[in-house]
Amino acid sequence: MSAGKSNLIAGATGDWEVVIGLEVHAQISSEAKLFSGASTKFGAEPNTQVSLVDAAMPGMLPVINRECVKQAIRTGLALGAQINCYSVFDRKNYFYADLPQGYQISQFKQPIVGKGTITLDFLDGSTKEVGIERLHLEQDAGKSLHDQHPTMTYIDLNRSGVALMEIVSDPDMRSAEEAGAYLRKIRTIVRYIGSCDGNMEQGSMRADVNVSVRRPGEELGTRCEMKNINSIRFAQQAIEYEARRQIDILEDGGTIKQETRLYDSVLGETRTMRSKEEAHDYRYFPDPDLLPLEFEQSWVDELAAELPELPDDKKNRLMADLNLPSYDAGILVSEPEIATYYEVVAKGRDAKTAANWVITNLFAALNAQGKSITDSPVSPDQLGQLIDLITDDTISGRIAKDVFEVMIKTSDDPAKIVEEKGLKQITDTGAIEGMIDQIIADNPDQVTQYAGGENPKVIGWFVGQVMKASQGKANPGAVNKLLKEKLG
Amino acid sequence: MTKLTDLSMADALAGLDNKDFTSVELTEAYVAAVEGGTSINAYTTQTPEKALEMAAAADASRAAGTAGPMAGIPLAIKDLYCTEGVLTTASSHILDGFTPAYESTVTSNLWRDGAVMLGKVSLDEFAMGSSNETSFYGAVENPWRAGDGKSRVPGGSSGGSAAAVAAHMAVAATGTDTGGSIRQPASFCGLVGIKPTYGRCSRWGVIAFASSLDQPGPITRSVKDAAIMLGSMAGYDAKDSTSIDTPVPDYAAALTGDIRGLKVGIPKEYRLDDAPAEILALWDQGVDWLKAAGAEIIDISLPHTKYALPTYYIVAPAEASSNLARYDGVKYGLRVPGDSLDSMYANTRAEGFGDEVTRRILIGTYVLSAGYYDAYYLKAQKLRTLIAQDFENAYASCDVILTPTAPSAAFGPGENADDPISMYLNDVFTVPASLAGVPGISIPAGLSGDGLPLGLQLLGKPFDEETVLRVAGVLEEAANFTAQPNNWWTGDKS
Amino acid sequence: MSVDKETVARIAHLARINVPEESLESIAGDLNNILAWVDQLSEVNTDDVEPMTSVVHARLRQREDVVNDGGKRDAVLKNAPETEHGFFAVPKVLE
Repeated sequence: MSAGKSNLIAGATGDWEVVIGLEVHAQISSEAKLFSGASTKFGAEPNTQVSLVDAAMPGMLPVINRECVKQAIRTGLALGAQINCYSVFDRKNYFYADLPQGYQISQFKQPIVGKGTITLDFLDGSTKEVGIERLHLEQDAGKSLHDQHPTMTYIDLNRSGVALMEIVSDPDMRSAEEAGAYLRKIRTIVRYIGSCDGNMEQGSMRADVNVSVRRPGEELGTRCEMKNINSIRFAQQAIEYEARRQIDILEDGGTIKQETRLYDSVLGETRTMRSKEEAHDYRYFPDPDLLPLEFEQSWVDELAAELPELPDDKKNRLMADLNLPSYDAGILVSEPEIATYYEVVAKGRDAKTAANWVITNLFAALNAQGKSITDSPVSPDQLGQLIDLITDDTISGRIAKDVFEVMIKTSDDPAKIVEEKGLKQITDTGAIEGMIDQIIADNPDQVTQYAGGENPKVIGWFVGQVMKASQGKANPGAVNKLLKEKLG
Repeated sequence: MTKLTDLSMADALAGLDNKDFTSVELTEAYVAAVEGGTSINAYTTQTPEKALEMAAAADASRAAGTAGPMAGIPLAIKDLYCTEGVLTTASSHILDGFTPAYESTVTSNLWRDGAVMLGKVSLDEFAMGSSNETSFYGAVENPWRAGDGKSRVPGGSSGGSAAAVAAHMAVAATGTDTGGSIRQPASFCGLVGIKPTYGRCSRWGVIAFASSLDQPGPITRSVKDAAIMLGSMAGYDAKDSTSIDTPVPDYAAALTGDIRGLKVGIPKEYRLDDAPAEILALWDQGVDWLKAAGAEIIDISLPHTKYALPTYYIVAPAEASSNLARYDGVKYGLRVPGDSLDSMYANTRAEGFGDEVTRRILIGTYVLSAGYYDAYYLKAQKLRTLIAQDFENAYASCDVILTPTAPSAAFGPGENADDPISMYLNDVFTVPASLAGVPGISIPAGLSGDGLPLGLQLLGKPFDEETVLRVAGVLEEAANFTAQPNNWWTGDKS
Repeated sequence: MSVDKETVARIAHLARINVPEESLESIAGDLNNILAWVDQLSEVNTDDVEPMTSVVHARLRQREDVVNDGGKRDAVLKNAPETEHGFFAVPKVLE
């Protein structure tokens, strides 16, 4: 499915269009926090990765981490966006238990990255452009644990002050599927350039989803925001649920209240967030503890030049240079680790064969083991060696599949497995001839059938018998050729 | 013989170098003075054991020949500076019991140079005030009393600092200046107080009031003392993004006494119609002194002066409303329970903040709130640009600017309590330089008809504290201000 | 423009300061006086004036990405009114 067609939702009173905008919060892969020297590592004991700055001790001051600025610029470049060499940090003021300063340092009027565009790819090969409104740098808040004590909330500030990039899309998406494709694309891009690990389970990437509905062609409807959604699937479910909820209200003659809603992934529904009910007045103003962020265009140019190949470029290259179909290329570039793996396998080998092995055989084996490509038991070099064994007729494609099964289990080199198990293809025509002579001698009926032309398929039966006799190792081409000669 | 506590910093250092006395002896004399002066209410926390330990260390370093430039000098520290392991309150109830695990950069610099801490001194709560009457720990009294014997406020917000130094309960003290909080109390207490260029002293570890204006500085008994102490306090700090990486000159060496040919600007806008005659007369006297020393006097204009105070009273409360959001009963200080997080916040902050702090937080919240930002905060920041440009333009034709420090001598307790604006007007001469970030010093230059000290203010170019101090030294010598408050607080009239 | 009791109550809530009903009126009066006084700024035409961003004429310094802080939970928690198992503890928040 692609943009423009069949994205409308049928209601009782006619069709509706859902309009979706996404705010992605991507944690920058830095060692230290945005404004302090505390570690950003995930999973530490509570409050052990907290500096006095992160805990908002009186008199503490922020100093910006250059790496975070650099990654924001790189991400902006990868999103094809405008980089602003002058940007300003503002304070966003609100009270919350896990916001120790009573404000979040963010960028409001003058963000580091301005407008850009990304292209979404769909399975049918169609694409859609989605506008990026902006990307800005901001601090993450701490973490509130509400379920540890009957009357208290516990606060862990380990995340407090970790650098986030907030990437804001234009309201360009029209279905949960498009929103999913958008999130996957953002994730792919940040993972390609290494600015964020894209790990949604650990909260390194979260999305705020804005949903409204309208009659096709009409003005935008009132939107609701679902905050902090930490999986693409949940985001899509939340959109489906929320669109339906809004349509039901409107069709019953009601109106949508602009509000922040919580997506409950257990119940699969959204509901009003009590803590966010009141209207916000964030009282943004430039943070007087910081000066405007300024850097030279030459630094931006340098970073642009050093940017790795981006997924769209890589996909185009795989299609143009290696003649891969769009579907294969799309899958191979979807994760930087897959692309890297594939490129090692394909190097100096047939691109399509390599693609088939990675997409079909390797992915199936990894799925079965619940493993990702980074902990694949078969290295890309080993998979390449396996393909080489087929190419140079050492083994047949059929045998290769068996060898691969063993490789997955043992991580052994394919040549070693072939050697140890004696799987080398028999190309010695003398040996094959011997087997054929024996089979012809043992099966006069079939020889007659073949000779009489009454059953031309019987040749297949002979091939099977030879393969059986050779335990599959006879070179199929040689078998065919010799059989035809012998049977006349 | 002069009492040890009567010595200026420069003289005390000379005495220590000369082995006339030890730092332990000097410190003991001050510890006794602090204990004898509690009726002034300057100190909120005394640290005599720490002081004597530091003094002994200073004596040892002097004996070893490794003494720093302030070795053995007992100081009072404004309770806005975070001091490791020592109660730090900003004179606010909301910081009850707060004992930092860190030391501010400026006090660290002082201890590095051998200074000794006598204790923490009172201030207007969170440095918001001009009389030191808003301290949670009670008003501080000015050691100076009017001729009629009635008490006077020490000024603020560094009122405890000024009172402690004026009463010889510290050789000198740290202050902080946001809109005049060093210069005005120095003026009220007959002392020297310098607000350096914004960015000269690190703000790290100093509890924030208004971040774009706050600047640490010393309050001392002489210009030379100010030069010595500023040299120790100042310096680049990588932990403060607004700290400037420029070398600290030898300020004491700048006190050459030679200001011949120097151009001194006299801004006509500071000649307020309703200013007391004695203030204007003292100002004229200052002009004459500088002229006599060979300076050239130039009439200048700082056209946006009258807008400085209203600008300040938008910018400072706005920043304060945000800076003080962290006092929420979660991480430190006071917590007043409530049945929800929000009610705990609101209860804690209502009980923890005094009236003036609450007023400024509310004003600041209002001027930043949706729909008012442009009319107030943005407007004020534009005025601030104009005010800074005024100074830039003026410094094209002069090297320093001479003005009065405050529109009056020290006033009586409660005198401006009912009307916030009349209290704010105390800062009319000091606020413009704060908004522009330029350095300013107050020097005691005479006595009012009531027998109270009056100060003159010199403003300089950014990072030209040397010229400011040099001219201040000349004024100091010409004024020859030797008056001292009588020792009513000790009962010792000697 | 004038600040009324409701506005004071709204700002007080934004600032999370409990202001008793009986004080709203007098605080509104104080705020109105101050706002009327600062209103003189409107006399100045500032159409072509850039707002001040900082009096410091310097560039924002950027530090290196090095972990050199943290690991001081005791220092972080030692002044807290209430802690539990290494966490700050506050009255329960309902989402």
